[in-house]
Amino acid sequence: MSLSLNNISLKPTDEYHLNDISLNFEPGKLYTLLGRTLSGKTTLLKTIAGLQAPDSGSINFEGKDFLSIPVWNRNVAMVYQQFINYPHLNVKENIEFPLKHRKMDPSLIEKEVSEAMKQVGLVGFESRKIQELSGGQQQRVALARSLAKKAKILLLDEPLVNLDYKLREGLRGEFKKLFVGVETSQSILIYASTDPLEAMQLNGDIIVIDEGKILQSGTAKEVFENPVSSKVAEITNDPAMNINQGTIEDNKLILNNHVQFPLPEQLKSMSSGKYLIGIRATDLYLDNQGFDFDVDISEISGSETFLHLHNSDFKCVATIEEVKTYEVNERVKINFDLSMIYLFKESGELQNSPYKN
Amino acid sequence: MPKLYTFLKYFFVVSWACFVIAPFLWALSTSFKDFNSVTGGATYIPWLQFEPTLDGWRVLFKPGSQGGINIVGPYFNSIFVTVTASFISIVLGTLAAYALSRYTFKAGIVQNNDITFFFISQRIMPPVVLSIPFFIFLSTLGLLDNLAGLILVYIVLLMPIAVWIMVDFFNRVPREIDETALIDGCNPFQAFFKVVLPNSIPGMIVAGLFCIIFGWIDFFFAFILTFTKVQLLPVKIVALNSSITPWWSLSAAALVSVAPLIVVAFIVERYLSKGSLSGALK
Repeated sequence: MSLSLNNISLKPTDEYHLNDISLNFEPGKLYTLLGRTLSGKTTLLKTIAGLQAPDSGSINFEGKDFLSIPVWNRNVAMVYQQFINYPHLNVKENIEFPLKHRKMDPSLIEKEVSEAMKQVGLVGFESRKIQELSGGQQQRVALARSLAKKAKILLLDEPLVNLDYKLREGLRGEFKKLFVGVETSQSILIYASTDPLEAMQLNGDIIVIDEGKILQSGTAKEVFENPVSSKVAEITNDPAMNINQGTIEDNKLILNNHVQFPLPEQLKSMSSGKYLIGIRATDLYLDNQGFDFDVDISEISGSETFLHLHNSDFKCVATIEEVKTYEVNERVKINFDLSMIYLFKESGELQNSPYKN
Repeated sequence: MPKLYTFLKYFFVVSWACFVIAPFLWALSTSFKDFNSVTGGATYIPWLQFEPTLDGWRVLFKPGSQGGINIVGPYFNSIFVTVTASFISIVLGTLAAYALSRYTFKAGIVQNNDITFFFISQRIMPPVVLSIPFFIFLSTLGLLDNLAGLILVYIVLLMPIAVWIMVDFFNRVPREIDETALIDGCNPFQAFFKVVLPNSIPGMIVAGLFCIIFGWIDFFFAFILTFTKVQLLPVKIVALNSSITPWWSLSAAALVSVAPLIVVAFIVERYLSKGSLSGALK
């Protein structure tokens, strides 16, 4: 019953769009495909849907060779980042389009459509034209159409990214409720996102993709606690994890000439040498005993403030749990939660994590 | 300042409108005059300044043997040729444009854009270049002085317009709409006919209207490729001689020949100004 991708590659130009991807998806589970823009998320979803043929590799679904089945016979559903609906049809006609095309029993269509419309909160909008709806409502129509199909594979390509903040938060909450239904129907749900927070909130398995390559896959907890490389740590944190070159020497952790610490307990076993030192923005805090940093930019985000800081050549971002405006070049004192230090090899692999036992 | 701007704007628009409309009004009043009214100095307002008469219009429908000019035959020839050629151009042009917009063609260095340009380039060269090849081509096929031959030539002239407008239209229709149709179970043909085509009607209407305009006003090929059996309206009207046909009948003939274009212009204006062309899909 599972969907498996085996060594899928796509290299239309000099660069790989998909680089030797092997993944296994189990029915009834939610997977979040997390990666930056142009990392290959959409291409991978299109490959699963059948809109894009890979250069090599194979896809198996329920024991069948999926690549030999054309898109229109695959019975997948996909929701795009843009709000894609059929402009010449009204809301109800849009949702029933795939069912009618399949020549389903009309009474059954009626039932499925009204159920899907209830799920996404579009009751009362049946005869509206698509152009008369707001972006959020248009995306709900697209979502209802894909839910009504009861497809075995549901692909969502950054469905919330083009919505404004408040709608996004609202719909995301509803998504989680919807997904419970999808999970019980034994569908495979793949949700592509650039937003680490979204990925963590959805709480499914996370697949980290970058430059067409799968960097890590595992539960949200695993990926958060033990990112396999510095790149994964950057992608799966927002703001990205601060990663800087540093040295362990004489029982000291040296970030630059000014910022140096006695080696914390959990790193005592590490050999001396050069490393990449990672620490999350949330593990930096204002402290009068701390080091001097100059503010480059301060951004207010919701109830937090992101401070972009530097101390000579050492740059980092700190999340401050209050809303406050800082001047450019203002001097602040910042300290580090040393128990939360990550250590990566210079080549990027994880060496030590605070959660490693 | 805004007042002055508004004044200048309307001043310019009104002056231009007068400049454009005046010849039509002149032709309109002349068509209702008789010999005495035309030669009796400048008069414009019927009943007040001259006694209107329908004599000028009647001449249009009389056969030549009764001193008439009988434009009914050429008129319907023109309508038939223009509408048929436009329709075929739109059908072929839409299909070609969809293929050019959605699929990748490659033959050596020739790619989609080059093919599109090839279509448009047919309209860039002066028509004279094509006249002799067309003449030889039609005479070989035995289609000179024949409605079917004219339709064939007009398709060559009009299809580039349809392709040009429709390629631009399809390029602005998100590819994801086609893809969604495929995902929803349509094969590529069903996706085109059930989803893409119903959403392309505004573009096809505009393309169709442009084809009709360019087909209707063509004189050059209608003149070269026909002799006696078949005559199109522009040729018929140019052939009228003011020393034989009176001025008032010429005016009536001119008005009749531009009438369809005025109707078309109003429809185009309605579609373009409503933004139906771009607004249907966003």
